[in-house]
Amino acid sequence: MIIELFSIFFKIGLFSFGGGYAMIPMIRNEIVSRGWLTAEGFANIVGIAEMTPGPIAINMATFVGFKTIGFFGSVAATLGVVMPSVLLILLISKIFFKYQSHPIKQGLFYGMRPVIVGLILSAAYFMAETSLFIVKPGEWTGNFLSQVDWVSVGIALLTVVGIRKYKLHPILLLGVGGAIRIGLKFVGV
Amino acid sequence: MIPLIEREVVDTHHWVSREEILDILAVAQSLPGAIAINSSTLIGYKMAGKTGALISTLGMVLPSFLIILIIAMVFSAFQENEWVRTAFVGIRAAVVGLIVIAGYNMFKAAVKDKIGIGILVVTLFLLFLLDVHPILLLIGGAGFGILLYILFPEKGRGSR
Repeated sequence: MIIELFSIFFKIGLFSFGGGYAMIPMIRNEIVSRGWLTAEGFANIVGIAEMTPGPIAINMATFVGFKTIGFFGSVAATLGVVMPSVLLILLISKIFFKYQSHPIKQGLFYGMRPVIVGLILSAAYFMAETSLFIVKPGEWTGNFLSQVDWVSVGIALLTVVGIRKYKLHPILLLGVGGAIRIGLKFVGV
Repeated sequence: MIPLIEREVVDTHHWVSREEILDILAVAQSLPGAIAINSSTLIGYKMAGKTGALISTLGMVLPSFLIILIIAMVFSAFQENEWVRTAFVGIRAAVVGLIVIAGYNMFKAAVKDKIGIGILVVTLFLLFLLDVHPILLLIGGAGFGILLYILFPEKGRGSR
């Protein structure tokens, strides 16, 4: 299992273009579908990775590794996710410097960037499905609107407005989201 | 994190020039993996070869690794606590907002024309309805982009 974990994250690391969010659908695809983590457990990890300093990609790999196998899992996953870039740099970074503005490279990113947008949107969908409803995904029954967790939808909107309009720090807004829930529970809503 | 790296290696230590760092950052972005890690590996490699690359990568990864390890241990102990769970319901909701913003920003930066929108629509279709693996989609998108540039070099240059 530890070798499987390493190779999964090696694969993810090799294709993690466009930042940590694009990795979310990959991790979901590889780890959650194997039953190594629940959707909610993984969604929590994304939240923590977001609140911790350092690259989200590393944070997620370390945490997922720890949750699946423990300490050695976190070592395997972190090594796996970092190793592809290190190897590429050691082996072929000279070529990258030389052909930085080559049309082929530009074509590659021209075609790949919209895919990355799609992956980030699917990450948003995955997080929404596990976080903005009262029932678990796949257990939706009857009236769709009655299963929406409107407080959570409100927190998500508040986060969007807070960042776009008021330029607040993401970590502050994550804290606010948690605090709103704690506050509501405290007063018994 | 990138401005921090820039300040340390260019202004404080004069390891690389301002011009070189721009090159390094551009390459760091076109390689897979976190940009911060890639930049530090590239700078290390440039300064001290393979050993330098490994050492600077380690220096970049280790703090996150150790912090997350501690948090993971603490979180595992408290994750069943009612109040912790309640807080995380709110935190997860806020994360939805963050990712939506990231998606929107990336959309504005990455999808420049109708072909881009087409690739995005096909990606979403394959991802959601046919459950195609994200890695295959990335390879497909990259291959399609390269093909376009080979077939229509002029048009390709114009759309940038």
